[in-house]
Amino acid sequence: MAEQETVGALRSGLEKLGRGFTAKIWRLGFAARFFVYVLLHSGTALRRFSLTIREMYFAGVHSMIIILVSGLFVGMVLALQGYDTLQRYGSSEALGILVALSLVRELGPVVAGLLFASRAGSAITAEIGLMKATEQIAAMEMMAVDPIARVVAPRFWAGVISMPLLAALFSAMGIFGGYLVGVQLIGVDEGAFWSQMQASVDVREDILNGVIKSVVFGVAVTWIAVFEGYDAPPTAEGVSGATTRTVVTSSLAILALDFVLTALMFTGGTAK
Amino acid sequence: MDRVSFGYDAARPVLHGVKLRIEPGSVVGIMGQSGCGKTTLLRIIAGWLKAGAGSTRVLGEDLAGLGADGIFRLRRKLGMLFQFGALFTDMTVFDNVAFQMREHTDLPEDLIGDLVLMKLEAVGLRGAARLMPSELSGGMARRVALARAVALDPQLMLYDEPFTGLDPISLGVIARLIRTLNDSLGQTSIVVSHDVEECFGIVDYVYFVSAGRIVAEGKPQEMRCSGEAFVKQFVHGEPDGPIPFHYPAPGYQADLDGGGALSSLLGVSANG
Repeated sequence: MAEQETVGALRSGLEKLGRGFTAKIWRLGFAARFFVYVLLHSGTALRRFSLTIREMYFAGVHSMIIILVSGLFVGMVLALQGYDTLQRYGSSEALGILVALSLVRELGPVVAGLLFASRAGSAITAEIGLMKATEQIAAMEMMAVDPIARVVAPRFWAGVISMPLLAALFSAMGIFGGYLVGVQLIGVDEGAFWSQMQASVDVREDILNGVIKSVVFGVAVTWIAVFEGYDAPPTAEGVSGATTRTVVTSSLAILALDFVLTALMFTGGTAK
Repeated sequence: MDRVSFGYDAARPVLHGVKLRIEPGSVVGIMGQSGCGKTTLLRIIAGWLKAGAGSTRVLGEDLAGLGADGIFRLRRKLGMLFQFGALFTDMTVFDNVAFQMREHTDLPEDLIGDLVLMKLEAVGLRGAARLMPSELSGGMARRVALARAVALDPQLMLYDEPFTGLDPISLGVIARLIRTLNDSLGQTSIVVSHDVEECFGIVDYVYFVSAGRIVAEGKPQEMRCSGEAFVKQFVHGEPDGPIPFHYPAPGYQADLDGGGALSSLLGVSANG
């Protein structure tokens, strides 16, 4: 009897696990189809580019304050920590390289991506989710206007375009923060700071790879944000759950993708 | 509509063999209590939901034979007023009304401006053109939504609960507008509602829906004197009749005595 109960409990547990897993796979497939649909219906967003520019203002320009301030502080902390380590080995003039490479290769795209997900990604999800809940999406369909083309695609492209620009601003501001602390506060030689940075940071190896990362993060974050918004149940609970999922899923996606991209981009140099 | 049946899933049929015909140029009411399938009926007419059985012809076109493009083409000839207006909250009143004109026509902006002001004048809100939807009262929002719905002079107007949540003045205004716009623009209108007096005041013919079936039909004055049990209960707002007042529940006395199926709830609230 007890054995039967154990088998029954095990079976129902496995069934539940299986159902949850297949539901996740199904949703991933749905999200992939949605992504393709958005790409195929991007004509309006690209032809009437003013729609995309308007969304870039909301997603990109409104995120600038948090990006710039965070970039400044991250750069300042990097300079402090970096100087502390470098001066032990008598190479404090390499501070410029450390700050610039850390920001351009890694922290710029990743931290800007995380901030973009929580600032703009959540806003995109909430906006589309609320448009659905208040029947604005339905009204658009009723007016024979495809909401994917008119609402989703402009937001998607705005995110994809804004993300690398924000990451670049983050890195630039971080380098400025590093300069303030390293050169102005600690007193590292200004010439060494800039010239070593200029000599060591490679446009293709470092900057371009950083830009590629930020574009990939932009696609991932905005795809997740528009999908979660469009798929949100049209209730207060549904929209709040979707907004939370956007931030959590985007953040994990950025970190996982960062590992994959870093492995592909930068291991070649160390293996030699 | 001929013998149309529909269910969101096999276990929950919503409409059973619905048969109705709407004469061009008339205003027709579809009435019934909440949850009886009225809005589902409207959504099938709008091509939103696909009927499980039966055929639906709208403006001479069989919906079953239309693909997604065909449905979108048909919707350009339809207008719909949503229950709470569904105005685009990120656009002004003017832009809301101009939305369809900008999306579907190549009219110059100054001509669109004139047309929008004419539509807004028809609903008495020309002076509110620059306001945002959040600055409007419920009645005003409904009138703006009406102006938006008739922006491209649709041949068929669908009204989904147009009187819900309005004060008596707004209610009268909306009711008169529905009739006036129908007659002056040569439209056909379908009004889904459960407000007897307002609906009877403007419609030429009315269908009563109960539990997914058409249970009565006729002119409003005929319905007022109808001896049919459902119509009598509905029109005169009687608590007793074919529609039960009580949601099905087990024995009342047993619940109060503590032995019934719901007595556990009483225990929880008593302890809480």
